[in-house]
Amino acid sequence: MLTIENLHATADGKPILNGLDLQVNAGEVHAVMGPNGSGKSTLSYVIAGREGYEVTQGSIAYQGQDLLAMSVEERALSGVFLAFQYPVEIPGVGSATFFKTAVNAARKHRGEKEYDAMEFLKLIREKRAALGIDDGMMRRALNVGFSGGEKKRNEMLQMALLEPTLAILDETDSGLDIDALKVVASGINGMRAPERAMVVITHYQRLLDHVVPDKVHVLSSGRIVRSGGSELALELERSGYAGLGLESSAAA
Amino acid sequence: MASRRTIPFDYPASGAIAAALPGAGLPWLDALRAEGRRLSADGLPSTRLEAWKYTSLAPLAALEFAAPAADSVAEADLGPDAFDAVDGPSLVFVNGRLSASHSRFDALPQGLRIVALAEGLADDPAQVEALVGGTAPLNGDPMAAFNAAFAADGCIVETEPGAEVQEPVRLRFVAAPGGEPLAYHPRVIVRAGAGSRLALVECHEGPGGAPSWSNPLVDVRVGEGAVLSHVKLQIEGEGAYHTALTKAALAGGAHYESHLLALGAGLARHEIHVRFDGEDADCQLRGGYMARGSQHVDNTTVIDHAVPHCESREVYKGVLDDTARGVFQGRIVVRKDAQKTDGHQLNRTLLLSPKAEIDTKPELEIYADDVKCSHGATAGEPEADQLFYLRSRGLDHRTALALIVEGFMGELLGEIGHEPVRAALAVRVADWIGDAV
Ligand SMILES: Nc1ncnc2c1ncn2[C@@H]1O[C@H](COP(=O)(O)OP(=O)(O)OP(=O)(O)O)[C@@H](O)[C@H]1O
Ligand SMILES: [Mg+2]
Repeated sequence: MLTIENLHATADGKPILNGLDLQVNAGEVHAVMGPNGSGKSTLSYVIAGREGYEVTQGSIAYQGQDLLAMSVEERALSGVFLAFQYPVEIPGVGSATFFKTAVNAARKHRGEKEYDAMEFLKLIREKRAALGIDDGMMRRALNVGFSGGEKKRNEMLQMALLEPTLAILDETDSGLDIDALKVVASGINGMRAPERAMVVITHYQRLLDHVVPDKVHVLSSGRIVRSGGSELALELERSGYAGLGLESSAAA
Repeated sequence: MASRRTIPFDYPASGAIAAALPGAGLPWLDALRAEGRRLSADGLPSTRLEAWKYTSLAPLAALEFAAPAADSVAEADLGPDAFDAVDGPSLVFVNGRLSASHSRFDALPQGLRIVALAEGLADDPAQVEALVGGTAPLNGDPMAAFNAAFAADGCIVETEPGAEVQEPVRLRFVAAPGGEPLAYHPRVIVRAGAGSRLALVECHEGPGGAPSWSNPLVDVRVGEGAVLSHVKLQIEGEGAYHTALTKAALAGGAHYESHLLALGAGLARHEIHVRFDGEDADCQLRGGYMARGSQHVDNTTVIDHAVPHCESREVYKGVLDDTARGVFQGRIVVRKDAQKTDGHQLNRTLLLSPKAEIDTKPELEIYADDVKCSHGATAGEPEADQLFYLRSRGLDHRTALALIVEGFMGELLGEIGHEPVRAALAVRVADWIGDAV
């Protein structure tokens, strides 16, 4: 589903990704770990198409298409979803209004009938309940004044509404309390499906206790330096990045 | 002899206009008009005046105005009423004169009185004199001088002490220019009696086409402990000039809120002066402006904290596209005795084009020592992070930008308590965005 080959990317002329290879198949959940500053978020942004990152070499194929040639919204409409490490606050834009616009943009793209207000209300109520998000949050401006945990749950809600084919979750587990972590983990597990792939960026084994990945990758200085099964995350938990012979800070 | 601080302006046929004004021959009114004519004879304010530094009326001065035809009024096709979902009395002025057939302000709720100016001058001049004769002096407001000299119509809205008026009073000013440039100078007088509650919705509109100049003067007094909510929508044609002055004087404990949505003319200036006459009063000035093409929109406010313990809040937010130009001048004066004044001012502008421009000039003049006063201003493009976030959910650039702009303006409108009024303004904002981004 996702094939990344020899990806090099820079921001402001600074090399961040330096020859990254990654292959994710439909139905799989991959975990990407790695020290702060190793390029995990950058990878997620390059996949989603954020401006400010220049791909200088390499390729990304998504469902056989050249992902890098697609606009941000084309990627989203063809099923790519990024749960942001730092969700953006948008003053004055009501959460529910925005979600409806996004869901209907996707439905329209797929040639499906757009939801009316009642249909959407029903859908969002269902998804909300599963994530323990109260109605009050829906009436507030998008992410504005949300707590860290609320923002992350709000990202999960959007994933649940948009039902992506490829989801990149960037540290969705950070900032969550123990109960919220379980809610989010079961949300992720609930979306595992044969036709869907997920890349879960995380620093902690505690998420992977609940969401057991098919593969674990370690990113360092912009490259995947180790790949393995779920046991690799446990090994990291015991010995840290230093145990792999890697520096544990952004000083790469 | 015109100084360089004014632009010579040959307001044509001013003699003819003056002679045709209602109430001619009433001594107090003749005197007021003579004073207005004397002060306006110098011409229009030039950009050499600090208060007019960023707004040039030179193109207005170059126009040749005809006297408005008195009979064009009834037949005019007014177009849709932005506030047709709002109940309450409504006065409609076409080319500055009351159109009785379009207006309805009989059967008023108890405690509310409305007098149309020209009608009142004919029927009961003493009553009009009692209110207009006591209006603020013209002291150096150049546009007020034109209004004093040439106002042909307008109205007086008055609440009795303690009256709670539920539905807003609507004042609709429609330009229906024919072939020739048209000017009018509506005079509105609002007197909210002590402890009363009143909402006023002012709307200025007009089609494109021949140039027009509307120069309203709205003279407001909010009595002790009274609450006045003053909404204004301005949506005039590209050829229109709009130079409005609103003067509000607040008695002790009064609450005045102004909600402006300026969607343009070719050139518009919305000037608001607030003076605190009594303690523990507060005013909220909220202004939104949206301009594109080569439109020019100027918001100038002066808040005079003349007495202690008053609070003022100003939030002006706008969106400028193409080569549109915005001006925000916010002066706050805190006099020596006005201790415990609390004043805050904020101006924020979204620039949708690299050629759009805003000039922001805060002026805080503080002569008291125990006060809280601050101001802030931002201007810039919509944030790339916000656009990316929305687009990453599948919204195209246009839709994402529209949501951001709507949200930006929506924060202002959210402060309007009267839901149908808020909704009517929200529709106008959405229309603007639909046309622009
Ligand atoms: N726009 C940019 N301009 C310059 N440097 C950037 C830019 N974006 C990211 N970087 C740098 O690239 C490196 C990788 O950043 P990135 O956010 O991808 O790391 P990360 O692996 O997600 O870290 P963390 O675990 O802390 O979230 C960092 O050193 C960061 O400072
Ligand atoms: Mg990161």
